[in-house]
This record gives sequence, structure tokens and C-alpha cells, in this order.
Amino acid sequence: MATAALEHDANAGHGEHQHYTSTGLEHRKIAIWALIGSECMLFASLISTYLIYKGRSRVGPWPHDWGCKTSNVIGKTAEAVQAAGCAAADVMKPILDIPVTSQSTFVLLMSSLAMVLALEGVENAGKPGYDKWYKGSKFWLAMTAIMGATFLGYQSYEFTSFVHEGLTIRTNLFGSSFFTLTGFHGTHVAVGVLWLMTMLFIDMKRGLKGATDVLLVDICALYWHFVDVVWIAIFTLIYLIQ
Amino acid sequence: MSDHSAHGHAAEHEHPTWKQYKWVALWLTLITIVEVWVYYTPFRESSLFAPALLVMSAVKFTIVVLFYMHLKYDHWIFRRLFTGSLFIATATLFALMFLFRKLTLG
Amino acid sequence: MATTAAPAPAYAGSHAAGGEQTGLWSWLATVDHKRIGTLYLWTALFFFCVGGIEAFIMRLQLMQPNGQVVSAEVFNQLFTMHGTTMIFLVVMPLSAAFFNFLIPLQIGARDVAFPRLNAFSYWVYLFGGLFMTLPILFNSAPNGGWFGYAPLTTMQFSGGLNIDFWVLGLQILGVSSLAAAFNFITTIINMRAPGMSLMRMPIFTWMSFVVQFLLVLAFPAITIALFFLQFDRFFGTQFYEIAAGADPLLWQHLFWVFGHPEVYILILPAFGLASEILPTFSKKPLFGYNVMVYSGIMIGFLGFGVWAHHMFAVGMGATADTIFSMATMLIGIPTGVKIFNWVATMWGGNLKFTVPMKFAVALVALFTIGGISGVMHSSPPTDLQQTDTYFIVAHFHYVLFGGSIMGIMGGIYFYYPKMVGRYMSETLGNWHFWLFFIGMNMTFFPMHFSGMLGMPRRIYTYDAGQGWDTFNLWSSIGVFIQGLGLVIFVYNFLKSRKSGAVAPNDAWGAGTLEWSIPSPPPEYNFAQLPVVTSRYPLWDLKHPEMTADLTHSAPDQMVITDSHAVPVHEETERKTAHELGIPMPFPTIKPLFAALFMVLMVGALVLVHAISMQVAVAVMITCAALFIGTIYGWLTSPLE
Repeated sequence: MATAALEHDANAGHGEHQHYTSTGLEHRKIAIWALIGSECMLFASLISTYLIYKGRSRVGPWPHDWGCKTSNVIGKTAEAVQAAGCAAADVMKPILDIPVTSQSTFVLLMSSLAMVLALEGVENAGKPGYDKWYKGSKFWLAMTAIMGATFLGYQSYEFTSFVHEGLTIRTNLFGSSFFTLTGFHGTHVAVGVLWLMTMLFIDMKRGLKGATDVLLVDICALYWHFVDVVWIAIFTLIYLIQ
Repeated sequence: MSDHSAHGHAAEHEHPTWKQYKWVALWLTLITIVEVWVYYTPFRESSLFAPALLVMSAVKFTIVVLFYMHLKYDHWIFRRLFTGSLFIATATLFALMFLFRKLTLG
Repeated sequence: MATTAAPAPAYAGSHAAGGEQTGLWSWLATVDHKRIGTLYLWTALFFFCVGGIEAFIMRLQLMQPNGQVVSAEVFNQLFTMHGTTMIFLVVMPLSAAFFNFLIPLQIGARDVAFPRLNAFSYWVYLFGGLFMTLPILFNSAPNGGWFGYAPLTTMQFSGGLNIDFWVLGLQILGVSSLAAAFNFITTIINMRAPGMSLMRMPIFTWMSFVVQFLLVLAFPAITIALFFLQFDRFFGTQFYEIAAGADPLLWQHLFWVFGHPEVYILILPAFGLASEILPTFSKKPLFGYNVMVYSGIMIGFLGFGVWAHHMFAVGMGATADTIFSMATMLIGIPTGVKIFNWVATMWGGNLKFTVPMKFAVALVALFTIGGISGVMHSSPPTDLQQTDTYFIVAHFHYVLFGGSIMGIMGGIYFYYPKMVGRYMSETLGNWHFWLFFIGMNMTFFPMHFSGMLGMPRRIYTYDAGQGWDTFNLWSSIGVFIQGLGLVIFVYNFLKSRKSGAVAPNDAWGAGTLEWSIPSPPPEYNFAQLPVVTSRYPLWDLKHPEMTADLTHSAPDQMVITDSHAVPVHEETERKTAHELGIPMPFPTIKPLFAALFMVLMVGALVLVHAISMQVAVAVMITCAALFIGTIYGWLTSPLE
């Protein structure tokens, strides 16, 4: 028995005691997938509420239509609202700004590419060809974090301009459900950026390398991509479909 | 391909490659461009607009999950954990849409 | 001489004979799943007494018409806290006590997957429970019902701090349950002993596995509903503002999307415990193991598709009513299958009616009564007659008291020898059982009648002459009998720690792995990981004739990746983990502080209404910084 154990350890090539697992998978990776499953339900509840309350607000501004501050006139264009008797000064623009959000969506999508390349960098750290700065994990982790931060910048610009146009979280049901949904997503992005910066910090300090570090970056990446796919759903369901 | 997987993971599974990552990014970009483009065309008034957009975003969702989250190549337990949860979440969402009369049968 | 007498290693002094540490610090900093399970058990039993006292006062008030014991306002707080306490602070944590103590032992593991996260879950539960319970001493406990229907619970209709404590308390407890659920999912998937395939896991572990998925998928719905309510109350959003166009059914739907799976979260662990007790005292393997597993999964899955049967009275329309009614009837099938399997397990067995066995049999009988009245409400026309009457109260107490509490009590008597190393007194246990059984039926059976006669739930008093007087008197007397049973139980529980008969490894002649190790188990549980070849490894060893019909795999045909694993055997020696070279996680106080700061961070929101927004934000930011700092400290310190 003892000799078998020694041989086993020698073959595996590690000195320290390895904990037995029934599947050969990493604990933390199973946990992060369970967490992601739970998050699916979290965002499903938020998105459901947004969709249920769509079109139920009693006052403007509206997400896709022009409105009027003094009456409940709704129209597809500013002219239509004015023709229905709204003074030009009281006309309210549709809130959602598709060109701006399309840009931030693109940035977030590309951050996922940067993230897989960062993981690739950690998996191949120290290998020939991966010592170049543009193939290493430091560069791509930094890029991912920067793109995440850019997305947050877009979001705060978006929120600020909505408030200027008269939509706050207290204005109407659209405001409440929109800011809560996108705010929850934004908080997830912010946590992700903090996580990425922690990874980058460790990478700068001692270099990410080897199976344990691959796992560390892998679970961070899974979280990041999940935040990205949630946005894919939000962009279509909330911004594009009327 | 081969020199990526040769470095001895615990489980010797296939692994998406650089090339695939870039293709996925390209597709994500293209689909997003089409999504935003149709928003500005008369197709927006069509009854097929919403279903078309839903299909496009479902494709984006799926390829990110399969390739970037490498679920296609990973252990079946992860696939089961994710698809099971996603199924219950989506079913609940649809049920709520019916209950609040946002969707109707037929 | 001097060269051979090596100095005692530093750890030796702090370890008692069995490698156990003692003292307050060892409990505050523990990451051992068995100790955390014990903490859950003690805390939940404390809250059980609190919830019991609340019920006692309510029954004193309702004993006679026009009762004057408490005011209407206090009565509101009592029924709200009774429900909230019994569900979130008693039955769920009692189940969690067994998850913690038993799952690693049953699957042959040395701890859970994330020991420190496990400690965090417990401390969050403790602080969250106190946060919600203490206000009752200042007459400002939650008063909106355990379901907290919005818009009733919005500021407009429920000013004051009462509901604030409820909303924030539930958010806190949700964190505890979710963290524990991720932990146990990982533990069960990844830490089973060699040879223990999923279909060889003990049924308790299986039912717990299903429950963890229910937790993971049900809690997000209530989390979101609570966030909306929180935002409405603190930041002026309009989610439940009817004047702004909000739908009064939004809360109800989101709440019951959580609330119905929650019912199965409460009952399935008790089912699992009964499924361990019945085969042991019938001396037969569980009848229809596979079907038991599949019906458990089926109950969990269908549990997500029946929530709106709590809402038949709101008028959802014929289509929705029909679909949810049929789904509800459907879920009766896997539940009924379980009942028949338990009966078939006992059929022809060599029955031995110990106290745990009595509780388990009582579960089968009493749950059947509650289950059948449940099937009655699945029909919308019948339900309309019964909604919001005492008939419903009778139904869910048969399910939750007759089912969950009876099963858990059986589990406590059954596993006490394993936890403590001594048996609980059978004599006192019998008194406890019969007082509970008689008192329980005397309390809840008459409620079927008072309910059918139209007595509404949650009323604080009633006039004489409506035909309810006798039934209410019976119910109140029943509660006094149960109270006596509870006192005897607590006495037995405390006394037997010192004076109970000493229990061997295998206290009852059971067949699963947890009985192969010493009672109480050493900190590392298994000195050598056991190789499992069937569902009842210990019976294979001692009574091979009992498991002859089960499928076995020969050890030499199995692929064992762990070279330290050995065939199942009884372990009698007690060495320290250090002597055996088993790395154990370091004790750490960080989870306690992380939990404390998190609870303060969330709880400080109350200060918005109590003092001012500025103060609240300042406290929350401080606690958030401390929380994040503790988490970083936790994650950067080595586990073992």
C-alpha cells in the first residue's frame, strides 16, 4: 500500500498532498457555474419585471416614443406630438439612445475577446511566442479591465443624460425598472472590473502561471463572459425591441 | 491546435483556439451591426422584427457561451448546471409573460 | 535521552485527547463542518423556542372569544414573526444543521468544499436572525405577514421600521442560504468517496442535493422582489405604486416563484431523514431507491411550475388557473410515490419502534393528511372557499409540523449519538413524542373545522356564537400540550450530553458510511477514505445477507484514483489529524467578521428611516469597506 502510494505520488509529479475529488474537476469552477445558474434566475426576474411594466407608465418620458410634459400625448415623431397639441417647449425626446448604446455594447463584446486572450496568455505563460507583450496575460487583462471601465463610463454618461432629459428612478415605472435592471448589470460589471484589476495586480506582482492560476483567471473569465451574455439579452430586449 | 492542447491539462479536452476566438468576435460584431442596422430600416415596423432580433441575440448568446465560456469543450456537469438553470429561468420568464398578458396563445 | 525527547509540537497543547479544541475561541473561529452543524442546531433550536412562544401567546389570545391578552398590533407582529421565524430561522437552519453535519459524513469526505464559506453562512444566519428577531422586544417587529404582500408593505400602508427589519433581514438570510447552497452543490458533486456514484448516495444526501438547486434557483426571485420593495421604501421608486400604474400582482408572482420551491426546501430534507431512519429500524434497504431519487428530482423540478396555485383567489383567468391546477395535481404523484415507498420499506421488515422511528412513522402519516388537504386546494373552486381561512393553516401545519418538524425531530434523536457520542433518553423521548403527536393533532385538526366554518386567518379576535369557540379552545389546549413536549425535549437534549448512555460507532445498526467512524467523529472524519461498492456499505460488512439483492461492484474492478483509499471498515482509533498527516483547514475568525460587516452594511439601511440618509450612507460605506477588506484578507490567507 505504502509503496503504491509513493509511486502514485512520484508519477503524478507533485510533492504536496492532493485532495481527492470524485470528478477531477476544480471545486471553484463547479461553484462558479452554480453561481452563474443562480444569476440567470436573478436577471430573468429583473427582465420579466421590465417587460411586464413596459407601456404601463402613466407619465413620460418614454423609452422609444416622443412625449409631452403637459399631456399624455405619445407619438412616433416630434411633429406628431406637436400636431396633437403639445407646445414645442414641452416635447420630450425618446429616452433610449441607440447609437451610444450600440457603441458600449460593442466595447463589452470585444472585452470578452480580450478576456479569452488573457486566459490564453496565462495558460501559455512562459512558452515560446508568448513572451511578447501583445500575447501576454498582463496586456489582455488590462485591456479587459479598461473596456469594462469604458462600458461603465458609457453607462454613467447614459444615466446622466437621462436624468437631464427628465427621467429618474422615481419618475415612472419605466424609470424604476430601467435603472434597476441596468444598474444591477452595471454593478456586476463593476465587480468584474475590480476582480480583473485584482488579477492584473497579482500578475504584475508575481506573474500568473501554472494550473492554479489558470483556474483563478478561468473563473474570473466565466463570470465576465456571463455578464457579457446578460448584456446581449438586455440590449435586444430593452433597447432594440419596442 | 496540437501545440496548445499538448501541455497536459488535467483533463485532455479539446480547446478552442486563437483562430476560433477571432471568428467568434467577428460574428459577434457582424450580428450586432445587423441588429442595429435593421433598427433603422423599415423592417422595424414588420411583425417579424422582434422575432428576428430575438433569434440574432440568441445566436450571440449561444456562441459566447459555447466558445468563450468553452462550455462546448468542458465537462458535462458544467453544461448541465448552466442549461438546467437557464431552462428554469427562461420558462419562468415566459410563464410570467403569459400571466401578465404580454404574450397570448395564438 | 535529551536527543530522543523531541519537544512537543505547538499544536499538541491546544488539542485535547481526540484532537479536539475547546473554549469559546475554538467555536468562533471554527471551520469544521461538524461544529458548524452543531452551531446551526443550537441556534435553530433557540429560535424554535422563540417561535413556539410566539405561537403560545397567539393561542392564549384566541383560546376564547374576544380575547384580551395582546393588542391587534402586537398580534400582527406575533403571526408575522411566528411564520418568518419558523420558516427562515428554524426549519431551514435545522435542515442546514443536518446538511452540514451529515453530507460530508455520508459521502465519505473530510470536510465541505469551502470550509470558510460554510462558517460565513452560519454567522450571516445568526446575525440576520437576531437582526430580525430583536425588534420584537421594542414592539417594532415586522407586522406584514411572512409573505409581506406589497403594496401593503410599502411606506404608504406600512410606515415605521417594522417592515424595514423584515425586508433587510430576509435579504441577509438569502445570502446565507445561497452561499451554503453553492458550497453543498460543489461538495456533493466533487467530494464523494471512491465508488460512491450518484446512485449510491444516501437518500438524505440526494434530497439535500435537490434542495440546494431549489435554493439556488428560487432565492434570486425573492431577492429581486425584496430589492424592489427596498427601493420603493428607501429611494422612492414606483414598483408597487398602484397610482403610477404598477401591478399589485407583481410581488405576489415573484414571491411565490420563490415561495413554492421554498415549500419543498422545507420538506425534502425531512423526507431524506425519514428515508434514513425507516430502513435502519426495518432492517431492510429502502424500497425503490431509484424511484425515491427520481421522485425527489421530479418534485424539485415541478416545484417551479406550480407557484400560482397560491394565487387562485386573485382571478388570473381560466387558462392560467387550469394549467396551475393540473401541475399541482401532477406534483402529488411523486409525493405519493414516496409515501408508498416508505410503507413498502416497513412492510415485512423487522420493525423496532425506537423514538426516531416513531417520529419517522408519524411523518409518513401526518404528511399524508397535509398532502391530501393540499390536493384539495389544487382545485380552484375548492380553493376559493378555503383561501385565507384556518383550513389553510391546518393544511400547512400538517405539512410543516407533521412533516418537516417530525422528520427533523426524528433526525435529532437518530443522529444525536453520532454528534455527541451519547444517546438521548428513550423514556423522555417517548414522552416528547406522544405529547407532540397528541398536541399537534389536537391543535391543527380542529382548525380544519374552524376554517370550513369560515374563520379567517390572521384575525386577532372573534365574537362568540359563530361555531368557532370549541375548536379554538381545543387548538389552544393542544398548543399547551406541545409546549410541555418541547420543554421535555429541551431538558432531554441538554441532560443527555453528560448523562446519556455512551454510543458506539454504529449506534443503531444502520448501513451508511457515517456510522463506520467514531461517535463523535474526529475532526478529519475518515482516517482513510472508504471505497464504496454498494448503497449500504456498512451492511455489506456486517449483514451481507441484507444487501444481497443490491448491485455491488468488486473493488478490483473499480478505477480508484486515490491511492490512500481502502475498503469500508469500522474505524476505532482516534489519532490527531497531524499524526495521520491529514491537512486540515486553519481555524479563522475572518468569516465571522465578514458576516458581521455584511450584516451591518445591509442592516444600516434602516438608519435611513431611523436617523437620516447621510448617517445611513456613511455607516454603509464604512461597513462595505471593512467587508471588502475582510474578504480580501480571507481570500489571500491560505486555507490549510
